[in-house]
Amino acid sequence: MSLDDLYREVILDHYRNPRRRGALEHPDAHADGQNPLCGDEISLDLAFDGDRIADVRLQGRGCSISQASASMMAEAVAGRTLAEVEALMRRFKAMMDIESGDPGIDASRPGAALGDLEALQGVRRFPVRIKCADLPWATLAQALESRGAGSA
Amino acid sequence: MSDLSRLRADFPLLQQEMNGRPLVYLDSAATTQKPTAVLDAMDAYYRRYNANVHRGAYTLAQEATELYEGARAKVAAFVGAASPREIVFTRGTTSAINTVAFGWGMYHLRPGDRILLTDLEHHANVVPWQLLCRHTGAHLDYLPLTPDYRVDLERLADRLDERVKVVGISGMSNVLGTIPPVARVAAAARAVGAITVVDAAQMAPHLPVDVAALGVDFLACSAHKMLGPTGIGALWGRLELLEAMEPAEGGGEMIRDVGRDESTWAPAPHRFEAGTPPIAEAVGFGAAVDYLSAVGMDEVRRHEADLTGYALERLSEVPGLVVYGPPEVEHRGGAVSFTLADIHPHDLATILDQQGIAIRAGHHCAQPLHRLLGVPATARASFYLYNTRREVDALLPALAEARRLFGVA
Repeated sequence: MSLDDLYREVILDHYRNPRRRGALEHPDAHADGQNPLCGDEISLDLAFDGDRIADVRLQGRGCSISQASASMMAEAVAGRTLAEVEALMRRFKAMMDIESGDPGIDASRPGAALGDLEALQGVRRFPVRIKCADLPWATLAQALESRGAGSA
Repeated sequence: MSDLSRLRADFPLLQQEMNGRPLVYLDSAATTQKPTAVLDAMDAYYRRYNANVHRGAYTLAQEATELYEGARAKVAAFVGAASPREIVFTRGTTSAINTVAFGWGMYHLRPGDRILLTDLEHHANVVPWQLLCRHTGAHLDYLPLTPDYRVDLERLADRLDERVKVVGISGMSNVLGTIPPVARVAAAARAVGAITVVDAAQMAPHLPVDVAALGVDFLACSAHKMLGPTGIGALWGRLELLEAMEPAEGGGEMIRDVGRDESTWAPAPHRFEAGTPPIAEAVGFGAAVDYLSAVGMDEVRRHEADLTGYALERLSEVPGLVVYGPPEVEHRGGAVSFTLADIHPHDLATILDQQGIAIRAGHHCAQPLHRLLGVPATARASFYLYNTRREVDALLPALAEARRLFGVA
């Protein structure tokens, strides 16, 4: 595993030019994620239209892996229904070996299953960095839970 | 340049490769590698002397007790204590500082009193005092740093008055490497009736320590940062203060007499060592200070000052690299924290690891300090007596590789 496979161009692009930066004035759901050991931070706002994520905004700081993963995730979940987002989360966690399952990635069709996020596959070979890639996803799960709790 | 490279053969772990390269271990501020002498002493203890201390009437228990108390005497001599009774074995620096906060602070601080720390401090010399403030109604205050990362003595006078009861100060910063003028701060503290507590987690491994010359009241250190095992450290305290302190933990070994409702305590230091102590670890700690004393702490300091100066010089060649800490070697030790362009320290640590170089990335348990520096994290290379100039040189191509991967011009 070479470092060039870890630090793919698309990852550095999302790190340097993060998509969907900012905060929503009236978010329907919000969560703050932190990795207290390394200080990575993610602040996530969601707006819903029914069960569809109408808007996503992110703030945060941290390493290239956590911030690129956050930016890619924001693009991937915007406009998706909750069911689609949950399927995406399962695929991502399967790709990172965080959970068992089939990420459904087809090597002959790069990006078909998870879009830019597939570039994070290289992180699997650097076990101490998997938690960096997962931080935004754990924050998303937290935000979805908080919305569930709020509307219940 | 002093040459301690002959010592490398004493450290079995340093002989290995990591990711296909010779291991370059530059994280001794986090924990140090162990010489064979320490490993052998602990092994011999378990193979030949293992018995519980201070209770058995048989010869083996007597021998174990002599080894344990012998280690205490070695640590006492190493820091210049007046007597081995001034050394309390603790789990490490953190528990040593907590022992002072809860054994002394709880009984001497009142609402409105102040505890003065510095902006350098590790969480181990911040959070115990925050807990103490919560219990007593005392307040925390911080002595600021100068623009070149030294403790600002000019601000001492307006921070220090009769309300200050405790001054907590690092003997050497684990982030900036700064070596504060502890003796001058302690003298000023004494003049207003405050005690001085030194976090010597980085000082004791890297600088000669003489508690009498420093004029301080308590000093805490950890064995694992000075070639010894994890799980043990020492609290040195002036005997009259220790004798007047309450134990933070109760149990076996620390009592004089136990009644159904009340008990009386053993004298210091055993009063603060409830339960069966870490005996093998104490033996290892003793072997570690023997090893350091044989090398000579002046020699250790000379070697590290040379390496640090060399590292600062080499790192200044790297475009976009910023070092946080005093530029002059006489004011600093061998913890060198830096950032490189917009490459996050974790990414740097991963890239260097692939070259066999172990450095630390993060806030190094000093979040308030990193907020002052205005960065969430730094990368840190830290040196010890077994490191070499060639290992410093190894940083350069690895940092160049990081710049290539991130496309830093």
